[in-house]
Amino acid sequence: MGFEVLFKGTNFIRLLEGLGVALRISMISVGISIVLGMILGTLMSLKNPVITVLSRIYLEIVHIMPQMVLLFIVFFGFSKVMGINIPAEASAIIVFSFWGTAEMGDLVRGCLISIPMIQYESSYALGMRRSKTYLYVIIPQIIRRLIPLSINLITRMIKTTSLIMMIGIVEVLKAGQQIIEANRRTSPHVAFGVFATVFLLYFLVCWPISQLSKYLEKRWS
Amino acid sequence: MIDTDVITNYIPLFVDGFFLTVKIGWLGILLSFLIGIIASAVLHFKVPVLSAVVKVYVELFRNTPLLVQLFFIYYGLPVLGFHVSAEGCGIVGLGLLGGSYMTETIRSGLDAVPPSQTESAIALGMSRPQVFWMIILPQAFSTSVPALVANVIFLLKETSVFSAISLMDLMFTAKDLIGLYYDTTESLFLLVVFYIIILLPVSIAGTVIEKKARYKIFGS
Repeated sequence: MGFEVLFKGTNFIRLLEGLGVALRISMISVGISIVLGMILGTLMSLKNPVITVLSRIYLEIVHIMPQMVLLFIVFFGFSKVMGINIPAEASAIIVFSFWGTAEMGDLVRGCLISIPMIQYESSYALGMRRSKTYLYVIIPQIIRRLIPLSINLITRMIKTTSLIMMIGIVEVLKAGQQIIEANRRTSPHVAFGVFATVFLLYFLVCWPISQLSKYLEKRWS
Repeated sequence: MIDTDVITNYIPLFVDGFFLTVKIGWLGILLSFLIGIIASAVLHFKVPVLSAVVKVYVELFRNTPLLVQLFFIYYGLPVLGFHVSAEGCGIVGLGLLGGSYMTETIRSGLDAVPPSQTESAIALGMSRPQVFWMIILPQAFSTSVPALVANVIFLLKETSVFSAISLMDLMFTAKDLIGLYYDTTESLFLLVVFYIIILLPVSIAGTVIEKKARYKIFGS
């Protein structure tokens, strides 16, 4: 069925290396998205009209533009229009952070406005200062709601990294294609075995993470 | 910066890609609704054996990227003797991915309909299928409208990966023109414009429908 090719030479290790590239890019992007998203979400909850309009436009762009289009704009467009040549991996990180920040910002804003006014008022009535109210009352509640949602973002980020092969990064899918190209003549069924393996690899990475997110969501809600 | 002559020359090419993207996108979404309704009914009524199959299917397709699913269907399955055309593969791939998302969404809608609705309908003499199609499903749909719209937008955006199985969609056209003539700015500009034409109306319609559904449910 073509699975035997995986045990030849370093083929399986190459697939795993590709997976490593995908994971590295998604982890960096998630990290950036969480930090910037927190800032964006807090800014959006301030209800400043200028920030509201700007953030609405930003969120709508991310909402309707496919990530692939954004990748092309950054990777091909920027070098043509502005003359800056951004390496493929950096373009991927820029696009995924741009997308993730919007998602995260919206989540943070949703969490912030879902904390009832009474929480603030009670803390003030107990004589807590504004900073203490945030530190001991509001932020712990927000983090608890955010953790399952941000874990969910990680799996979506990992799944979206499969697109980066289109701008020439050798991640797991591209590595799989290269293995198929090299072994097509000796074992004709290689496409099935390799793509089934890639499918399973993605599943094995994403499934535990999404189960964890589901579990935390149930437990903490 | 943008050459208008080039744009006018390219528009017909992009229109072709646009129709292909729209066709495959909406057929795939239609298929995903069908799969979603059937699979969520199976889960809701706890049909033995089939429930387990549906659960495995939903987890498998929700936790893998569309691109990998397409490659598996398009390049992997022919080895086993299943030959699918590129278009068919796009529709089936999008339908299967979307089906797994729709199943989860519709199922949570079905579970939110109070059991008294079923009981009252049965007491009025309706048959089981009638109860499902006329009482439970419409209510489940109206509660899950926001999530369904989000799914539709997500699936329309996912159509951008079809170029990888050599379908001549919008993305393919743009990539091709960039590669052939290096008119990067114009191609990317048209690509963005056509995706806006596809997705902005859906996004706006979604907001309107969501508000109406909210009004029906919460009265405000």
